[in-house]
Amino acid sequence: MQDRNTTPAGNLVDAENGIVSREIFVDRDIFAREQEQIFARAWLMIGHESLIPEPDDYFVSRMGTDSVILTRNKQGEIFVFLNSCMHRGMKLCRYDQGSAPVFTCPYHGWSYSTDRKRVDRPGALVGVPRYQECYEGVLDRSEWGLVRCPKVVNYKGTIWASWDPDAPSLEDYLGDMRLYLDAALDHRDGREGGSIVLGTVQKWRVKCNWKFAPENFIGDLYHDISHRSADLSGIGPSGGKGRRDAQRPRLAIGFTDLGHGVLGDLPHTAEPELLPTHQDDPELVAYHQQMHDDRSRNLGNRKRVTMSVGTIFPNMSFHARQPRTIAVAHPISATEMEMWRYYLIDADAPPKVKDAAMRYYLRYSGPAGMTESDDMENWTYASEATAGHISRRHHYNYQLSLGQERPVEGLRGAVESGSYSEGNARIFYRRWGQFMDAAGWADMTPEAATPERVDAD
Amino acid sequence: MPTDAALQALLLHHEIEGFLLAEADLLDDRKYRDWLNLFTDDLVYWMPISRNVPPPDRDRARSDESLDASWFNEGLDTLTQRVNQIETDIHWSEEPPTRTTHMVSNVRILDVGDGDEIRTKCRFLVYCNRLQDEVDLFVGKRFDTLRRASGGWKISRREIHLDQSVLLAKSLTTFF
Repeated sequence: MQDRNTTPAGNLVDAENGIVSREIFVDRDIFAREQEQIFARAWLMIGHESLIPEPDDYFVSRMGTDSVILTRNKQGEIFVFLNSCMHRGMKLCRYDQGSAPVFTCPYHGWSYSTDRKRVDRPGALVGVPRYQECYEGVLDRSEWGLVRCPKVVNYKGTIWASWDPDAPSLEDYLGDMRLYLDAALDHRDGREGGSIVLGTVQKWRVKCNWKFAPENFIGDLYHDISHRSADLSGIGPSGGKGRRDAQRPRLAIGFTDLGHGVLGDLPHTAEPELLPTHQDDPELVAYHQQMHDDRSRNLGNRKRVTMSVGTIFPNMSFHARQPRTIAVAHPISATEMEMWRYYLIDADAPPKVKDAAMRYYLRYSGPAGMTESDDMENWTYASEATAGHISRRHHYNYQLSLGQERPVEGLRGAVESGSYSEGNARIFYRRWGQFMDAAGWADMTPEAATPERVDAD
Repeated sequence: MPTDAALQALLLHHEIEGFLLAEADLLDDRKYRDWLNLFTDDLVYWMPISRNVPPPDRDRARSDESLDASWFNEGLDTLTQRVNQIETDIHWSEEPPTRTTHMVSNVRILDVGDGDEIRTKCRFLVYCNRLQDEVDLFVGKRFDTLRRASGGWKISRREIHLDQSVLLAKSLTTFF
């Protein structure tokens, strides 16, 4: 048996032929290596500015297997800290979210501040009980501030962070995938940004490897058959048939060097006709017509896309239209993850529009969602049936529409391979292999990450 | 000797408890159509998300009913869709079906009002067992508003306070 700690990921993933070892979905050593090679390096989506609107607000999130605090200081700057006291490791902040001018550890009382008026370095250690009598001349408080995440970016309200100082800019990391992310985050009337998280984040545990979620959302239209029962039940926004209103034809579009992908349409410069939506209610019909008219006017002849679902490597997925949400698959162990769902809405949408969207989101998505609950069944029992001793010797097949990739005009480094394709999953696992084998970001930048270069290695 | 009012209260409590226990039987027997008949047309069926909040925010320990995420926020229409989905026999998270045991206890009548609409509170413990080793335990409090209807009572509002914050189940395809 090969040592999985030294086996090149290239031996586990054969993206060119659409073959992936089952080990990467169940093996503990591979999971541990993912934490270092992927989650300690990649840009991770960890929250939303609308969850911390005021100074001193905080929201506790996750980066890989670590708990982190996302907080805004009195000056309005946003920071991300490891949620662990530097003295004895206690989880500093055990609430989901709240407001705190200083973070004080309940164990021995060390406290930390982000206020620029008090500290030079945000997260600095400011309070140590019995400092003068027991620590004077020994403890250098400036050395024991909270571990701060070096790279944090607010992109149209979504907060992204990376532990790796060498990581490229978020802009370069996203590449032209950004156009599709914008389709989820921008206002329905075409203005930039404007969306907020509608209330509480749903969090739930699933006994599957975390990769099942981003792989599913990167463009697996083939699994549509799983959701036949939701279609038959007619849960769409307009009532009646199906689980969504009519949508435009969707193609699997993937970014070969970046590991991202979507089900969406090709870039275009004219606004297509509005597809009927929320047909049950004249007020909602009128609102969506208004948004469409404003969007056509606001965007003019600018490049735009529509899409339904996509994944930004490694674990952030999003739906841009029906429903409009962000899903993050947090790794817990090789065979368990925690799903987080953030529901998105335009901040200035009328309450009635928000209410209709929310009700639709909840019957579609999340653990009680009539669509999503069946995904959880697939991922859980695929994981279980993969973990067997004999089972894990074998491979998963990703050959759907293999070789049908065509370059996409107007999108750097993108290929399209039809509606029913596992092209995006092949791209995802190719990128996974690059992360797992690379010594650092110097080996993973898009230029260096082309298949030719990897083969030469 | 008990007063007449005390006797009336005892009889009402007995009647309401009997109604809630019979409802639990319908769920465990998977008689979902009969179960749906227990609700009024203007039903609100809501399970908020429990949150871990610091002392100043304790009134926000659960998500809001309007314009906020929940686990469930249903009317009779979507509750019926959920039953329809189970009855397709291809709703894979309920196929094979879950074996459920709904325990209802600590039944209290909080408010009798004018006698035609009463508010009740109880505890629930729902044990779910499925396939070989899939086990979920959902425990919490339930606030029901019951309305007098021809032939008995109907539920017009159900508020379900689950004690879990991170849901420790992969899906919620069980009724409460």
